[in-house]
Amino acid sequence: MPADFSPQFQPATKPAKPFSMLTEAGKLRRDAKPDLSEAEILDALRLMKVGRAFDEKCLNLQRQGRLGTFAPIFGQEATLVGTAMAMDPKRDWAVPQYREFPVQLRQGLSMKSIILYRRGHPDGGIIPDGVNVMATQVSLAAQIPHAVGLAWGLKLKEQDGVAVVFFGDGASSEGDFHESCNLAGVVDAPVIFLLQNNQWAISTPRSIQTGGADFASRAPAYGFPGVSVDGNDVFAVHKVVKDAVARGRRGEGATLIEAVTYRMSMHTTADDPTRYVDPRDLEVWGKRDPIMRVEKYLSSQGKWSDELAATWDQEIQDEIEAAFAEADAHAPPDPTAIYEHVFAEPTPTLARQRTEHFGAQ
Amino acid sequence: MPTMNMVEAIRSTLKSEMERDETVMLMGEDVGHLGGVFRVTDGLQQFFGSRRVVDTPLAESVIAGSALGLALTGWRPVIEIQFLGFSQQCFHQINQQISRTRFRTRGTQQAPITIRSPFGGCVRTPEFHSDSMEQTFAQSSGLKVVMPSNPYDAKGLLAEAIRDDDPVLYLEPLRGYRLVTGEVPNEDYTIPFGKLNVLREGTDITLVAWSQAVPIAEKAAELAEEKGISVHLVDLRTLVPLDEEGLVDAIEKTGRCVVVHESQATAGFGAEVLALIQEQAFYSLEAPMRRVTAPDSPYPMPGVEDHFIPTAERVAAVIDETMADQ
Repeated sequence: MPADFSPQFQPATKPAKPFSMLTEAGKLRRDAKPDLSEAEILDALRLMKVGRAFDEKCLNLQRQGRLGTFAPIFGQEATLVGTAMAMDPKRDWAVPQYREFPVQLRQGLSMKSIILYRRGHPDGGIIPDGVNVMATQVSLAAQIPHAVGLAWGLKLKEQDGVAVVFFGDGASSEGDFHESCNLAGVVDAPVIFLLQNNQWAISTPRSIQTGGADFASRAPAYGFPGVSVDGNDVFAVHKVVKDAVARGRRGEGATLIEAVTYRMSMHTTADDPTRYVDPRDLEVWGKRDPIMRVEKYLSSQGKWSDELAATWDQEIQDEIEAAFAEADAHAPPDPTAIYEHVFAEPTPTLARQRTEHFGAQ
Repeated sequence: MPTMNMVEAIRSTLKSEMERDETVMLMGEDVGHLGGVFRVTDGLQQFFGSRRVVDTPLAESVIAGSALGLALTGWRPVIEIQFLGFSQQCFHQINQQISRTRFRTRGTQQAPITIRSPFGGCVRTPEFHSDSMEQTFAQSSGLKVVMPSNPYDAKGLLAEAIRDDDPVLYLEPLRGYRLVTGEVPNEDYTIPFGKLNVLREGTDITLVAWSQAVPIAEKAAELAEEKGISVHLVDLRTLVPLDEEGLVDAIEKTGRCVVVHESQATAGFGAEVLALIQEQAFYSLEAPMRRVTAPDSPYPMPGVEDHFIPTAERVAAVIDETMADQ
């Protein structure tokens, strides 16, 4: 018989079935048991609602010309909150892209800080001491190598923290994704690559980002496990991230998690998705709404009611208004900020330029 | 006082800085077991172990990018980009990410990273190994650009770079690695950034150079002196920060100026030097200032590279021209 020289590795013909616990109707699947306590489930719902309400408010203001361009999280709340709740803000690092507001909040950044950032105030970049987040990343995928370094650095210091880095299906096409996964596999860095497959990169559909059936299946080639999860199911996301965090803490290295979700609104406020998104998709994914699911689940447990919802809505509105009031009270940016914090001490050239521009201090 | 070449001075400084501060770590391609393709890190992995001297995959972007994460967990990474031309594979990490960390976070996070890289030509390397790109990085706001020309400076400037809380691009003259030797004290010392070094006092014309161009300028100065021209030669040592005052002083001494560098002319750092002098020392000038640089062509194949780099003879001829201007 002639030797078989057909390739040993063949692409999958269909994507892996994402893990899921909670059905669209808010029922737990058979054998599914959330890792979250009842109080934590309420915390998760609250944070998802805060995330959505904050972006609704921001969108209103942006449409009135009172806020800068930003990327809303609509539809992706469960991925963000489920992940954030599996992390320990004291020892774990979050490395965001630009669509991770609830994660930043949970890690310890204030809502006011996010408002300042969206207003274009330089102080929106301030990261208070002890808050384990990196700055919002706008240059796609550039944050992924940073997360590998953070995770590796913690490991070399013999600390048990992990780093979780957020990016999308679009950013997975960048070289930095590959280089990062590759190094993480080599040095066994406790990093979690949280790929939010929201089906779109501005107008580019997921089908144009990869010829592969899914994203999570890339992981074994780098020497670590990959997981596909229903990104609209906060219980399932929390569970798979918690497991990945535990592996990282035990010294078992990296995990790639593909959270399958859908971007229910625009890329950013500068985008017009009606030019390319099929409204029927929005209808399908609308039924999979991450917040509605948890509300239905809690209702079935007798833990949720219209009254409670109304109370929460009011509390959340008040919280957001208070944050905007705090941001309003923050001093407007000083123009000399353009010369500050370039170096620890200004160079003679910068000092001269500043004097030429604004006069002697 | 021991005599060392550039490679030895850099290696001994890396070792002493790693002994001085146990958060200093080295990483890069071939830096560990092999000791670097030019043996700059020879023996350091054997001495400090593979946790602090790390052989990485061949991936410049994640070498630079992960250094930023390492820095935020308390490490002080010294990364090696094997040849400066390859820094184009991680330019966004250096220019956009590392350099801007302090600025973007209003000083709440910083990137104390030293990026070491050999640069420049005339050692018959294959294509893309010989680029001089210091001007590109001088525009990476937030990054210091340090370019020693001799072993004494190599030690003092490298120690300063590693201890600096800002990111520093430390460029090593490839041609001078073994060719340039000098005395290097055993004791600890640093050389502050932003102070040029007067290598030769003169009264007729000022030559400005840095790193690999310094030996060329020195030879040109000798040729000029043979003709009775007194040359004032300064070595900038660091492009960022730039010693503006020192430069103006150096021009005011002679009223004439020639800048020599190995990278291309257009928007090269020489243009910045001449613009600064024009702004700050115009009335002391007695003749138009000139540059001797590479042409605006890509770095060529090694068979013709000797014609690409400025030579002492070309510099001497431009000195003559400038002296002839009344």
